[in-house]
Amino acid sequence: MKRITKALAASLSVAMLAGMAACGGSSSSDTAQAGGIYYLNNKPEIANSMKDLAASYSKQTGVPFTVQTAASQTYQQSLKSELAKNQPPTLFQVLGPVGLKDWHEYAADMSDTEVYKQLKDQSMALKSDDGSQILAVPVVQETFGIIYRKDLLKKYFEMPGASIKNVKGIRDFETLKTVSDEIQKHKDELGVKGAFTSMGFDPSTSWRYNTHLASVPLAYEFAQDNITQQPATIKGTYLPEFKNIIDLYLKDSTTPTSALSSKTMDDALADITTGDAVFFQNGSWAWPDLVDGGLNADQIGVLPIYSGVPGEENYGMSTGSETYWCINKKASPEAQKATKDFLKWLITSDEGREAWSHTMGFTTPFKTFTGKYVTDNPIMKAADQYTAAGKKNLPWAFLYDPSQQWKDNLSNSILEYAQGTGKWDGVQSSFVDGWAKEVASSKSNS
Amino acid sequence: MITMAGKTIRKWWALFALPTFASFLIGFIAPFVMGIYLSFCRFSTVTDAKFVGLQNYTAAIADREFWRSLVYTVAFTLVTVVVVNIVAFAIAYMLTKAVKGANIFRSVFFMPNLIGGIILGYIWLLLLNGVLAHWSRSITYSGTYGFWGMVMLYCWQQIGYMMIIYIAGLQALPGDVIEAAAVDGASSRQTMFRITIPLMMPSITVCTFLTMTNGFKMFDQNLALTNGAPSNTSELLALNIYRTFYGRAGFEGVGQAKAVIFFLIVAVIAIVQNRLSTSREVTA
Repeated sequence: MKRITKALAASLSVAMLAGMAACGGSSSSDTAQAGGIYYLNNKPEIANSMKDLAASYSKQTGVPFTVQTAASQTYQQSLKSELAKNQPPTLFQVLGPVGLKDWHEYAADMSDTEVYKQLKDQSMALKSDDGSQILAVPVVQETFGIIYRKDLLKKYFEMPGASIKNVKGIRDFETLKTVSDEIQKHKDELGVKGAFTSMGFDPSTSWRYNTHLASVPLAYEFAQDNITQQPATIKGTYLPEFKNIIDLYLKDSTTPTSALSSKTMDDALADITTGDAVFFQNGSWAWPDLVDGGLNADQIGVLPIYSGVPGEENYGMSTGSETYWCINKKASPEAQKATKDFLKWLITSDEGREAWSHTMGFTTPFKTFTGKYVTDNPIMKAADQYTAAGKKNLPWAFLYDPSQQWKDNLSNSILEYAQGTGKWDGVQSSFVDGWAKEVASSKSNS
Repeated sequence: MITMAGKTIRKWWALFALPTFASFLIGFIAPFVMGIYLSFCRFSTVTDAKFVGLQNYTAAIADREFWRSLVYTVAFTLVTVVVVNIVAFAIAYMLTKAVKGANIFRSVFFMPNLIGGIILGYIWLLLLNGVLAHWSRSITYSGTYGFWGMVMLYCWQQIGYMMIIYIAGLQALPGDVIEAAAVDGASSRQTMFRITIPLMMPSITVCTFLTMTNGFKMFDQNLALTNGAPSNTSELLALNIYRTFYGRAGFEGVGQAKAVIFFLIVAVIAIVQNRLSTSREVTA
């Protein structure tokens, strides 16, 4: 009797423990396998196509391949927890030199990789502080500006009393403002709700202010002061021009400023695709969304972001690369090797190039993408046309932005200025003083 | 037979307690201890940490937004504890009286509690923004808007749950005491404040304790409804900690230190509050 009780008790408790272990095991079925590739992707729009590509690569080569996607807002936290795991990502992404700073301890030397060797411009790759190692290689090339609807703008040009008659006439801030103000004034005749789409402050769109728009005054300031590395302080030379363009966006908009705090990217996309607005500040990455909204390539044109900076008529759009690949130094050597092989396959094989340039629609900085793999993205093409016409590229100054905190504070202060709950001084302070503070804070932390 | 079972239990309890104890250890004690250790470290992933002493705590205390969210959280908790408990008690009182369809009402009031905080947050976001759109505003217009939005959401969610606890308490009240009061000619007001409420103190203790700690710890509703916007002015403590930890590289330790401070605050408040209300409990 006693023995039976003992046996029963033991087997029961074993069963309970086993049950627990089973619980723990089942939740981790999706994790990476040892020696395989694990790509932590930050672009949700390619999540499915990337998984398909991974499955196909796995089938051809027998290398286990896991793809996990974390949306841009949560990428840092996913990376943080994934890198702590036993099977960490072997391939991850960082945003620019400042993003690399956070993860440089995890970035392996990539100078022997095909993706580095095949770069059109090898100076785009990010080096370690002493310049001896290549730590990150750009993934895609992107550009941004003010996208406009050709058909709607044509309606304006044909309107009696329009001061400007063709798109060539929009060549600086003055002319842009004239067009925009006149569209806003005659919005009912033109059948639009406003000249510009709503430029909301929801996190899905606030980056249009704090990253891309703020990059414009920064780029001109850096160009003037010959700055090529992250400066400890900035002067805010072109803040009045920054205010010009913000005021224009706010005033000639489809949406009253008091409602902007919760407006999302979807709201802005709806404005442009339904034809409620003529202008839409965004970049080449927005093209798939515009296509989904029913627009086609000849309905779209792009203007540089004019804000009234002297000499801005000599500049075209702003092209660069923000996302960089890093190979995890702390992953096993076989896994690192497998990852390098995959990257080579991605940019040299037909299947890889097809998926990367057409299915996912990226414009790449690699020499191998020629012929039918050249981009058909009209926003990208517009940037090339400006370059061909002899305009200079406005560099991506936001790559030096000190931290996400700086960006958040900046768009918060712009929101307060827009709503009237704060003053322009607040923007100025978060732009200039905030920069110094955030650079200092990130220095003291590293 | 009973003694035999008792004897077996005395002998074998440890074995049977082992699975639960192990999960408690793995799922609670270990992360807790590790969390306290990490609050004294500089780290970017939890597996490689460097000891830095009290540096994180000084940074946490120097953070103005931490204090602002603390004040905001205290205000939020005060308002919701009062509103939730008074309304829940009133509804419970009403529904223990002979109201037609009391059971249906009970279920209806309880239902919001079954919906997850994130979903509730998004639903209320749509509702509130829909209403505010009449004035071309939105819930993220200012911290005050967010505050009352969250109060509404939280009350709507919690009242049903507290109501159930109060109903149970009210139904367990000894009828003879109330009858005696009625015979002695006590007015309904006197019965309420002199008899019912003192006898209900155990339920009130439980409910205030729950609403207070829940209010302090509220996170998902805050995340879904305002996410701290605008300018982090509608940010409760839990969200502030989360944002410090995940939002800024190099601030993981500071976030961890804030979490430890937060734990201490909640623990102290809960203990004090529990002492205070238990001391008022009476038995019939």
